[in-house]
Amino acid sequence: MSETRTIEVDYLARVEGEGAMYVRTEGDRVEEVKLSIFEAPRFFEGFLRGRDFREAPDITARICGICPIAYQLGASLAMEDVCGVTVDGVLQDLRRLAYCGEWIESHALHVFMLHLPDFLGYPDAVTAAKDHPDMVRNGLRIKKIGNSILRLLGGREIHPVNLRVGGFYRTPTPDEVRGLRDELAWGLEAAGEVAEFLATLDYPNLERDYEFVSLVHPDEYPITHGRLGSGSGLDAAIRDYDDVFTEEHVAHSNALHSHRSDSGEPVFMGPLARFALNRERLTPRAAELAERAGLGAACRNPFRSIQVRMIEIVLAFEEALRLVDGYRAAPAEPALPVTPRAGTGFAATEAPRGICYHRYSIDEAGLITDAKIVPPTSVNQPTIEADLRELVQTHLHLPDDELRHHCEVAIRNYDPCISCATHFLDLTVERQ
Amino acid sequence: MRREQPTLAVFKFASCDGCQLSLLDCEDELLAVTDRIQLAHFPEATRTRIDGPWDLTLVEGSITTPEAAKEIREIRRASKFLVTIGACATTGGIQALRNFADVEEFTRQVYAHPEYIETLATSDAISQHVPVDFELRGCPIDKYQLLEVISAFLYGRRPQVSSASVCEECKRAGQVCVMVAHGTPCLGPVTHAGCGALCPGCHRGCYGCFGPKETPNAPGLSGQLEALGMERATRVRFYRTFNAGADAFREESEREESGNGP
Repeated sequence: MSETRTIEVDYLARVEGEGAMYVRTEGDRVEEVKLSIFEAPRFFEGFLRGRDFREAPDITARICGICPIAYQLGASLAMEDVCGVTVDGVLQDLRRLAYCGEWIESHALHVFMLHLPDFLGYPDAVTAAKDHPDMVRNGLRIKKIGNSILRLLGGREIHPVNLRVGGFYRTPTPDEVRGLRDELAWGLEAAGEVAEFLATLDYPNLERDYEFVSLVHPDEYPITHGRLGSGSGLDAAIRDYDDVFTEEHVAHSNALHSHRSDSGEPVFMGPLARFALNRERLTPRAAELAERAGLGAACRNPFRSIQVRMIEIVLAFEEALRLVDGYRAAPAEPALPVTPRAGTGFAATEAPRGICYHRYSIDEAGLITDAKIVPPTSVNQPTIEADLRELVQTHLHLPDDELRHHCEVAIRNYDPCISCATHFLDLTVERQ
Repeated sequence: MRREQPTLAVFKFASCDGCQLSLLDCEDELLAVTDRIQLAHFPEATRTRIDGPWDLTLVEGSITTPEAAKEIREIRRASKFLVTIGACATTGGIQALRNFADVEEFTRQVYAHPEYIETLATSDAISQHVPVDFELRGCPIDKYQLLEVISAFLYGRRPQVSSASVCEECKRAGQVCVMVAHGTPCLGPVTHAGCGALCPGCHRGCYGCFGPKETPNAPGLSGQLEALGMERATRVRFYRTFNAGADAFREESEREESGNGP
């Protein structure tokens, strides 16, 4: 006689946006796993059409309150690509510094508020604070430092106003930038201690043979630019993104699924992928902590993503300190002039949760005629489903409640950042 | 003896999560707030779920689907005091750009299978569906205004949130007027205060993310924008961003679009 089980989580907690999960098993076999994103469609790509190319950074920022820089900078870089402008030097350094702020703020939110409560056994960080006050307070202070970078360079933490196509509206004075230094130095030390603490926790065993995809860059741990790289030897320019990946609209989710065009296989983007493909470009302290944490050349256990995120926070602090110390004088102009010309531009940056891809076509007057934006959550959906499938298959002996909790934690390995899913999740486990 | 704490519920509809994130962004005050108020429903922050009725409910996001329209009525019934947070919940948000367009066309542009997508033709403010006790503006909201709303609720008083224009904040900050001094188009004169005149502080014009102030003279501003050389189509878009659905901005953009502007 076969037994049917369904496990559902109708509203995932401690993720960003709205999603749910459904699993159906028959006897000792998992039959179906669906991660659905039911975030209401918001049609960004539709209403970008007809807007001026210079409006794109402000508009696309509204896709996500947690990683607006990924959208502002991606849109800016793509528009600069169309118009043949390269922002480099001090302005590029300031962009990387702003993005370090977003990594710190977003990763700290993920580590301390969304994910760590799972490993400490609390429903949320606020409850965890009663037993671990220093951990939570330090986590909030780390997050605040990321936000203070965003406030200085962007005007505010959420939907910054100071970034534009070509650079910035106002560049900070060296004194303002130096003002960040003491807290950054504290943050680097504190983040290092948390990284060591995280290495002492127990993590569920799950190792999967992901195809890691991230940006790769010869000189730096990729954040603002690079080429598309993978564990299986992919090496492509960002403008070839649409040839490399195919998106598919499935009935159970408002977010499009992505897979490799050639093999049809899903890919994995985000911290584990960046770490695996760019291990040798970690900053010194981050590299040392990764070594001590025993993370090896690559980490294939998604539950350990919290450790890799922490390593990346350390890296972002080191990078921010380097950039702050290198900022001697404000550039003569806060932005390069960008004159529209008809064409199509491409850009991809490493958002905290993985590659965020942008493609825009504009006409000679600078009006947008076509837009395509692919956030990492969308790409990672099939991979998350595959993780869930394996996790449920190997834990079928557990009662529904425990199994459901396991699955939720597994989803929070990715976050996922659901409201981002421009083109876009509910858990149900059905056991038969 | 400690009194039972009031309960806080946070819900979201179509939005970017930025406004509820503002609460988590109160890094220095978060634990003080949660010491006074119990998180009863706040999926982005906790797995804990305590059924209503809730004492204070914060709603982010706009109503864009038939289910959302139903859900907000249930939330209203279970909420003693309901506050909308942010431009989406207060004016329909950026999603309200669909109100000026053909949603079916949008759906076809963005999705391979439009038939999988269920959506309303408009993106509505929460107050278009249920009575709201207080509206906090901004895209995103200002976290200090949010703290003011929560503490006002805790002490049983009205929130002290200015209804003046961005211009007033800008003058108070001692900033140079970007429109007068540099000829930079600015929505500050018709925009609700709350951000601290951020954009002029960055040497750019206000783009209206807090929506219209009380009694805005948008036609007067349109005349000034025209005098600065801003073209009509650009003026239409200027009013149509994050608060495109707010009456004063919608009406002015439609007046401009129909050619009855300056």
